[in-house]
Amino acid sequence: MNFVVCVKQTPDTAELPKISAAEAVSGDIKATLVLNPWDEFAVEEALLLEDRFGGDVTVVTVGPEKATEALKDAIARGVKSAVLLDDPAFAGSDAWGTAAILTAAIKKNGAADVILTGKMSVDGNSGLVAPGLARKLGATLLTQVTKIVDISGGKITVERQLEEGRETITASLPAVVSVSKEINEPRYPSFMGIRKAAKASIPAWKLADLGLSASEVGAGAAKANWTDVRKPPARASHVVLVKEATVEATAAKLADLLMAEKVI
Amino acid sequence: MSILVYIEQFDGKAAPVSWEVLGKARGLADQMGGKLAAVVIGNGVEAVAKDAVSYGADVVHLVEDASLAAFRMDPYAAVVEDLVKAHSPKVVLFPATARGRDLSAVVACDLNAGLAADCSDLSLADGGLAAVRPVFSGNLLTTVLFNGPLAVASVRPRSFPTPEANPGRAGEILKSGPVAPATGIREEIKSFEVTGTGEVSLTDAKIIVSGGRGVAKDPDLGFKLVKELADTLGGAMGASRAAVDAGYIPYKHQVGQTGKVVRPDLYIANGISGAIQHLAGMGNAKIIVAV
Ligand SMILES: Cc1cc2nc3c(=O)[nH]c(=O)nc-3n(C[C@H](O)[C@H](O)[C@H](O)COP(=O)(O)OP(=O)(O)OC[C@H]3O[C@@H](n4cnc5c(N)ncnc54)[C@H](O)[C@@H]3O)c2cc1C
Ligand SMILES: Nc1ncnc2c1ncn2[C@@H]1O[C@H](COP(=O)(O)O)[C@@H](O)[C@H]1O
Repeated sequence: MNFVVCVKQTPDTAELPKISAAEAVSGDIKATLVLNPWDEFAVEEALLLEDRFGGDVTVVTVGPEKATEALKDAIARGVKSAVLLDDPAFAGSDAWGTAAILTAAIKKNGAADVILTGKMSVDGNSGLVAPGLARKLGATLLTQVTKIVDISGGKITVERQLEEGRETITASLPAVVSVSKEINEPRYPSFMGIRKAAKASIPAWKLADLGLSASEVGAGAAKANWTDVRKPPARASHVVLVKEATVEATAAKLADLLMAEKVI
Repeated sequence: MSILVYIEQFDGKAAPVSWEVLGKARGLADQMGGKLAAVVIGNGVEAVAKDAVSYGADVVHLVEDASLAAFRMDPYAAVVEDLVKAHSPKVVLFPATARGRDLSAVVACDLNAGLAADCSDLSLADGGLAAVRPVFSGNLLTTVLFNGPLAVASVRPRSFPTPEANPGRAGEILKSGPVAPATGIREEIKSFEVTGTGEVSLTDAKIIVSGGRGVAKDPDLGFKLVKELADTLGGAMGASRAAVDAGYIPYKHQVGQTGKVVRPDLYIANGISGAIQHLAGMGNAKIIVAV
């Protein structure tokens, strides 16, 4: 069984508020960059699937050379094979462009049975790469997955948590599975793993290696463009400290204030 | 047709955000001087189609079949794509629910159209859609503009007010049947366990009462009080990640960066310190009470 995990390198969430609009536009972000937190669950699930069903796990990312660190993080957790997808032509790709690059890489790597992704990236916040990948690969799409029940006979059965409840669904392989936080408890990189990752040589595939043309990817092919990136307008906040002589009086005062605001 | 809105329903009940999107689309369609269409897919869901008319649709495509009773991607996407190909709307809008988000992505990708996910505002710029969405987990905003003839967006719950329903409004309901997907139908739903019946959904809630690690001394009592207050106010129950990780309450109640993003009128945080990752989920609440 072949498993591929798609990961992204994203800013440390604690540093997100420091990122300026200009940094977001240029992509030259000064904040600490880490493995997208949602992708830790995808990496963990791939390693668990490798144990359960046998096979190989490959981790891939579309990003600059620096994004190799995100791949090394996955190697340090136990993934054996990694590929960086890096070419100047990839810059400015929208979700469909990124999905096209990943699709070409997955095909080049050999047929994948299950492709795992995180729920969303903490910078792009779109959650579009998984659906894009599924359609471009001709794979089934399974999102919000909280449990992989079984993979057998060319089919995968999973549980998904949706607004109204829990769905158990069987779909044909290959499948793109975007995992939810409830699916597992990600392991930490091990000491041995970190040493292995430090020594790992990670291949980088370029546009030509993937058989893509520059017109299919990058800013030129993007159908949705971010314009006017800005800080949200500062909240006109107004803080009121409610403190009366007794808890009951404090609660009564708070209730009066909330009623005056017409929110209760 | 200038705008097509996907109305999400489950078990014959429309997701409230569908009407919020339809109400906003009504205004945009009037500005564009075009027709507003809605699509309702399911089985035995004509009442939802009638509601779509009263909430502002000029035309409702009602697509019913036993095979469409429950949402599955391949047959649902085929219906929406078929409508888009036949009527060439300029804009297609979806509620940003779990299924609505996925469906919007599949339809836009298949039709090679640009998509803005989880939008918080929509307007027209030079006759085309301009979609505002939070990025970098709410720390930045961007206005997405589109290349090409079709723009697709999904809209977060509570971004727009629910329009006034007008049951006397005239509108056309066009009935049709399923469309065979090119991929075939590759999914089979084995079971669906409805959870949280009677609970107010976090993303649709006007009032949310949340609990955090501050209840650690007696988490059972703490969350009992949180629930009591939520029930009394007709609101939903939320939590910080610390409370979820400690096992006080299931993950589906988590608010924040790695939980749900909510936008209530009133958010009452009990024993929550207000970490950046928690604020990312509730910073847009109108009034925040911290206990
Ligand atoms: C990648 C990443 C993603 C994350 N995602 C999320 C997320 O989605 N949602 C989220 O919430 N967090 C998230 N976090 C965690 C976040 O950083 C905080 O650790 C978490 O929000 C803290 O929860 P808390 O406020 O309940 O706990 P604490 O920070 O421990 O705060 C407890 C509060 O309770 C108060 N308190 C104590 N006793 C009482 C009392 N008797 N009465 C009243 N108040 C009392 C304390 O003064 C304190 O303010 C994430 C972190 C990371 C790194
Ligand atoms: N540049 C990328 N390279 C590889 N995988 C990605 C990339 N961007 C996003 N993904 C995957 O798609 C998921 C959703 O990201 P997004 O669509 O950007 O919200 C992430 O959690 C990753 O698993």
